[in-house]
Amino acid sequence: MVDRVVTGAHYGLRDWLMQRITSVVMAGYAVFFALYFLAKSPQSYADWRAMFAPQWIRVLTMLFFVSLLLHAWVGVRDIFMDYIKPAGLRLLLQVLTIVALAGYAIWVGAILWGG
Amino acid sequence: MKFRVYRYNPEKDAKPYMQDYDVPVADTDRMLLDAIVKLKALDDTLSFRRSCREGVCGSDAMNINGKNGLACITNLRELKEPVVLRPLPGLPVIRDLIVDMTQFFKQYHSIKPYVVDDRPLPEKERKQSPTERAELEGLYECILCACCTTSCPSFWWNPDKFVGPAGLLQAYRFIADSRDQVTAERLDNLEDPYRLFRCHTIMNCVDVCPKGLNPSLAISKIKELMVKRTV
Repeated sequence: MVDRVVTGAHYGLRDWLMQRITSVVMAGYAVFFALYFLAKSPQSYADWRAMFAPQWIRVLTMLFFVSLLLHAWVGVRDIFMDYIKPAGLRLLLQVLTIVALAGYAIWVGAILWGG
Repeated sequence: MKFRVYRYNPEKDAKPYMQDYDVPVADTDRMLLDAIVKLKALDDTLSFRRSCREGVCGSDAMNINGKNGLACITNLRELKEPVVLRPLPGLPVIRDLIVDMTQFFKQYHSIKPYVVDDRPLPEKERKQSPTERAELEGLYECILCACCTTSCPSFWWNPDKFVGPAGLLQAYRFIADSRDQVTAERLDNLEDPYRLFRCHTIMNCVDVCPKGLNPSLAISKIKELMVKRTV
């Protein structure tokens, strides 16, 4: 195969926009959570459980983590695209990153809703 | 005045080295270029590019004390000694302070740096209103000296794929031109993870531009137009 410089994948806007939107979601949650934490000031494990007992706080927290993982995906892929030149290795690292991030998402869900 | 200059002649030198000079500078020597011209009189083996000596041609772009700039409009009195001169980073060195700008101009040409308008020719000229003309302020002044592009880490890592700040500023210059009729194709050409979206808004380009232009702003306007046509 000839070694050509290839560009023109015609994507990128959605990821760039997603990174910006998820950062706004995270910033909003951070402010909210700081206030919520101060208001509740949990002193024990039971307090922590009580703090995360309402369904809406679990949903908001899940939203935050989904934003964080999407944001991290765009950022980490950018790093791979900048520094990892062999396309095969880059694909492998990207797949591993997706698997890890997906695992984290499930883990967060298990922590929030599991026993 | 003390100078430390990057020297490399690929025909003779195994690898680049830094050479120290002490250049007698007169009160009439105002700009860095004046001193370099004197330096050349001391040592005629030193190679560098220069032409207009007034910040219009963009030939004498180089790395001055770690920051890209034009020697001809850099005030000699404000420089810390020894003045360290290096070629623009990120491009192959041909000799001493002269770099091979092929890659830079390849990226520039890839954005079609000319007005495309296939409508029938008017009798005299294509007119612009003052407001339409004002859109080109801060864009048309670019002299393609490559100070910005060669200070951009994204260009260092992907010079063959990322258009670079100079090329993208020029791209927006033609998108912003009311006479140009192919905005959609220009956006298609740039909507690419490498060509445009390697820009991570590091803003080295804004920091070094000797003409005081803002490539980051131009790039964000391109992105804005892409958002506008997508959402």
